[in-house]
Amino acid sequence: MSDTLIFAMEVTLNGLMAGVLYALVALGFVLIFKASGIFNYAQGVMALFAAMTLVGIMDGQVPFAHLINAIFGTKVHHFGWHVPALAAIALTMLVMIALAWAVNRFVMRFLVNTEPIILFMATIGLAYFLEGFGDLMWGADIKKLDVGLPQGINETIDEVTFGMFGYGFFIDNLDIVASIIAALLVAALVAFSQYTKQGRALRAVADDHQAALSVGISLNFIWVLVWSIAGFVALVAGIMWGAKSGVQFSLSLIALKALPVLMLGGFTSIPGAIVGGLIIGVGEQLFEFLLGPALGGATENWFAYVLALVFLVFRPQGLFGEKIIERV
Amino acid sequence: MLDAAEGYTTADGRKIGGVLMEMKNITLRFGGVVAIKDISFDIREGEIRAIIGPNGAGKSSMLNVISGFYNPQEGEVWFRGERRPPMKPYQVAQLGIARTFQNIALFEGMTVLDNVMTGRLTQMKTTLLDQAIWWGKAEREETENREKVEKIIDFLEIQSIRKTPVGRLPYGLKKRVELARALAAEPRLLLLDEPMAGMNVEEKEDMSRFILDVNDEFGTTIALIEHDMGVVMDLSDRVVVMDYGKKIGDGTPDEVRSNQDVIDAYLGVAHD
Repeated sequence: MSDTLIFAMEVTLNGLMAGVLYALVALGFVLIFKASGIFNYAQGVMALFAAMTLVGIMDGQVPFAHLINAIFGTKVHHFGWHVPALAAIALTMLVMIALAWAVNRFVMRFLVNTEPIILFMATIGLAYFLEGFGDLMWGADIKKLDVGLPQGINETIDEVTFGMFGYGFFIDNLDIVASIIAALLVAALVAFSQYTKQGRALRAVADDHQAALSVGISLNFIWVLVWSIAGFVALVAGIMWGAKSGVQFSLSLIALKALPVLMLGGFTSIPGAIVGGLIIGVGEQLFEFLLGPALGGATENWFAYVLALVFLVFRPQGLFGEKIIERV
Repeated sequence: MLDAAEGYTTADGRKIGGVLMEMKNITLRFGGVVAIKDISFDIREGEIRAIIGPNGAGKSSMLNVISGFYNPQEGEVWFRGERRPPMKPYQVAQLGIARTFQNIALFEGMTVLDNVMTGRLTQMKTTLLDQAIWWGKAEREETENREKVEKIIDFLEIQSIRKTPVGRLPYGLKKRVELARALAAEPRLLLLDEPMAGMNVEEKEDMSRFILDVNDEFGTTIALIEHDMGVVMDLSDRVVVMDYGKKIGDGTPDEVRSNQDVIDAYLGVAHD
């Protein structure tokens, strides 16, 4: 087998893994969009905020330490304890639920029945607020997130592929774990929305508000639920990306990568988010590997967007999106 | 005048119970427009009660007051012997008042079965935690409710389209699915907003039969709005007639039919 083909296989595998992480962020967008018609620009910042909160809780950081010190002239920074990863994740989830409640109580409730573009603008505002709030609460420095996920080269794959091709593939353990977790998360979310009564209520609200009210569904409850689920997905994405590249501001920018993923997969489809993520992940790595050198490199920065643009021209609803035909 | 607790017997021999719902001096305004002006009437246990009137008479507004979509500026709503405070529509639904809509409000992307299952939401008591665990409580509840829903689907003869997404169904069937969903809630009071609107003769006959069967089989109290007078007169036990937001008649179909104000409203009369 030629070297190029073997390298291409390795690149494809790595692309798949990266794609899973893109899909994870895109999933958060799809969930909120499906249930409430809101395109949540803040999804990426929510992932960043979740990761910051998780690190903060694990390290026993005092929230708003700078603010407290500035006002009272104290010098508190740490409680001096360490919270085990699992407990910290549970606590972070509680914070995300509180956030969901607050978003609904203080923002979305006042915007019921307004244009989607206004709701979208509100989420832009939310993104900026949350970014600043996260910094204020936990500090702006780059943090290391270690929840005990395996990291580094997967020896087994390395050995097996070395035996097969005489060249060992480099696949990061973290990527493998991320893929498994993402798959479980998707399965759980699909089961939840298809088979539970809250899932059914959620789909009902997404379909028709008036009808949902008439069967006794509280819209407020469903919206808090949806934002909590989005918060949960953000937390998982935050853990994965945070473990991979550290908890820092650029984490919130990965959310932008979700845009081409959604254009490809369709804004309303959970399978679309996954397939779209994988296509972008593999596509940009392969493109960089095969044509990157000829084009001067760094094609990952724009490849996804160009691909999305092509899709917009030929299939605007995406691969799996609903094509809504209005009867005249 | 009937006593509140005492019932009466209909011409076809059905026993009607005491007052289930009472509207007292309801006035509803939208800005300067008065949609309902000082209307009072009651709905009795087991009864088929109709609200009729020409277009724009305020019938739908009245139904929306009963179902909590509008809150009246004046007047009192009494349900099961208690005064009902202003409520959100979903809270009214939880009290056991189910409704259908004039323009059909179904969950178009969901199957018929799922649509009817949403009607059971008010009856399902498990918490989010139970649902997340699923096995045990939630699973049992789902099965029980599923059985009830299947019975209603059989009853309304929509078995053959159980798994079809509602968006693909023709109009007449959608109306029937909406009735099924409302019925699934086992309501104390079922509100039907123009159940025959836009139907052909055959569909109207089917719908009339289902309304009578529902009342007969489950003893459900039904309040319905129609402006097709012929259908209503055959179906209902007592009729409220509205015109320009006011009540102009109230009584059995025969009483209403011979009421001069009602005849004028429907046939038109020269104002001098």
